[in-house]
Amino acid sequence: MSARAMVTVFVPGDAGAVSLGADDVASALARECRRREWPIRVVRNGSRGLYWLEPLVEVRTPAGRVAYGPVRATDIPALLDAGLLDGGPHALRLGDIENHEWLRSQQRVTAARIGVVDPNDIDDYIAHGGYAGLNKALAMPPREIVRTVTDSGLRGRGGAAFPTGIKWQTVLDQETAQKYIACNADEGDSGTFADRMLMEGDPFALIEGMTIAGLAVGATQGYIYLRVEYPHAARALARALHVARERGYLGRNLRDSGRDFDIAVRLGAGAYICGEETSMLESLEGRRGEVRVRPPLPAIKGLFGQPTVVNNVVTLATVPAILARGAEFYRDLGFDKSRGTVLLQLAGNVKRGGLVERAFGLTVSQLVHDYGGGTASGRPVRAVQVGGPLGAYLPPSAFDTALDYESLAARSALLGHAGVVVFDDTVDMARMARFALEFCAIESCGKCTPCRVGSTRGVELVDRILANRGAGNGELALLEELCDTMANGSLCGLGGLTPFPVRSALKHFPEDFFSGARVPLSSAAEAAASVKMS
Amino acid sequence: MTLDMPAIERCVGSAVARMKAEPGPLLEILHSVQNELGCVPPESVPLIADALNLSRAEVHGVVSFYHHFRGQPAGQHTIKLCRAEACQAMNGDALAAFARQRLGLEFGETRSDGKVTLEAVYCLGNCACAPSAMIDGHLRGRLDAQALTALADDWGVPE
Repeated sequence: MSARAMVTVFVPGDAGAVSLGADDVASALARECRRREWPIRVVRNGSRGLYWLEPLVEVRTPAGRVAYGPVRATDIPALLDAGLLDGGPHALRLGDIENHEWLRSQQRVTAARIGVVDPNDIDDYIAHGGYAGLNKALAMPPREIVRTVTDSGLRGRGGAAFPTGIKWQTVLDQETAQKYIACNADEGDSGTFADRMLMEGDPFALIEGMTIAGLAVGATQGYIYLRVEYPHAARALARALHVARERGYLGRNLRDSGRDFDIAVRLGAGAYICGEETSMLESLEGRRGEVRVRPPLPAIKGLFGQPTVVNNVVTLATVPAILARGAEFYRDLGFDKSRGTVLLQLAGNVKRGGLVERAFGLTVSQLVHDYGGGTASGRPVRAVQVGGPLGAYLPPSAFDTALDYESLAARSALLGHAGVVVFDDTVDMARMARFALEFCAIESCGKCTPCRVGSTRGVELVDRILANRGAGNGELALLEELCDTMANGSLCGLGGLTPFPVRSALKHFPEDFFSGARVPLSSAAEAAASVKMS
Repeated sequence: MTLDMPAIERCVGSAVARMKAEPGPLLEILHSVQNELGCVPPESVPLIADALNLSRAEVHGVVSFYHHFRGQPAGQHTIKLCRAEACQAMNGDALAAFARQRLGLEFGETRSDGKVTLEAVYCLGNCACAPSAMIDGHLRGRLDAQALTALADDWGVPE
């Protein structure tokens, strides 16, 4: 038999895929092909974001990439027998994954390269449009770069939704020798993983975005504040930063432009509050992550007292596409004040969870039912939480709400970092309200009394309400008042927004607080323990 | 594992030497110490404070603020089980109850035989594959009682 040609096989190195056995799949593939003397090159790409199909293996064939999934290590011999390396037929064969309805219906801009490129290979990045934005920016005066970002309508995707261009303009206007770009990669909201996917699957996009930000405002140093819970992202960033430096895309006189910019990664240490920008700056400076009073704004007095652009990973990783394709291209996606695309993350009890990037305008129902296919448990959907632990719970009657900034605000909800967590009808919403307060108590930095003390008092109040089962309305009024105090008396969003999940649970699911509860709180642990575990 | 003073001094000394020139180096130094020694021992606090010209209270304040830093080494194996909403939506409470029962631990505790430490974490960014845990530094998705039982058996944790 004549020698076989080298075949490229993609096995995601994404943490989510790895958590489902992708490393074992990659080793089994390498081992089995070595045994058969079939030459292969395994690329550890990012995840396409169809997590129910992970580990999703793709083979590059003359007719294009052919996907198989979900693949287990034990499937490998049979897959190879079936002609995996030629894209042969098999029960797990999915064909060209880009033709999969779930992916084909998306409008991927920021996430366009995740799962497609080799995250270690800067040439692959460039071949897929990478660094086109930086090349344009290098030929533009700073003011023009900022104006392009402003005109695109991009707003902070970390949750605060502040217009990015306006923030950059403020930093540009400061006349100091040292400015910083601080990337907030402390993605702590439950139900969110877009930052992680970007850093693992397309790290050069973040590096390029930060570099453009540096050129735009006159900063020479960037920091990525990365949560310690993301070791895979830390490794991906370290590799990419090394390559970018080696190839002259970072460091002194980058691309022979006479401009300097470099990036360092700093690890967080397991504090949710450090996702709040001023607390993150404190942490970057090596202190307790206690929230700062604003003003002064970080754009005027930020990291080490210097003007600082603080942006989320998604925001910064979107900038290269805006520069490369123009402000109009981005602004024409979406509508009203929600311009461009949003990286929705569908999670929790859902059949088909993952990453959905689309122009703003998709409704909760479309996301949960059309993309998600309902719950993983097969039971009816009872609630979704939008926007992380500080986001509101919505009942199915509100699922026609569009997932954009203004539509959600009109429903007393918020988009946050665009995570959507699905719950089936076994959820006890009183427990979830209690958890929101408990989480606030665990993670409060302690600076503001309404948050530090109010969260614990809130847990006690919910317990009393549940013990009385609607007997005393005094507690309810007190809880309402406590929510008011927390919302108005806290410096940052932790204390300020914890009332969102609490109030929304009370408003939409009062039956869980008053009539006989599904799972009485006191016996919740016992109930949990008695669930049949096979 | 017992930590002797010379080892702590060596570890702090090298971490400080490596990081001191960086702006705001304290967290980096603490990470470095914990990576090497498995914890930030209380004895290291005055050494770090001295090297950075900070008070002991300031260093202690930082160490105790962050959930990640620990004063004693963890057990031979560590399970960091996610307790956040997406994992709760996938039966995470039942899994947590099972883990506590099978390992004989509450969250934050280490078994007296030193075999396992059980910790709660809030989100590992694997919310589409819930419930999740970080087990000895490896992320595991769609975790169930069966998988936890297999681990506990493997590690020789008595029932």
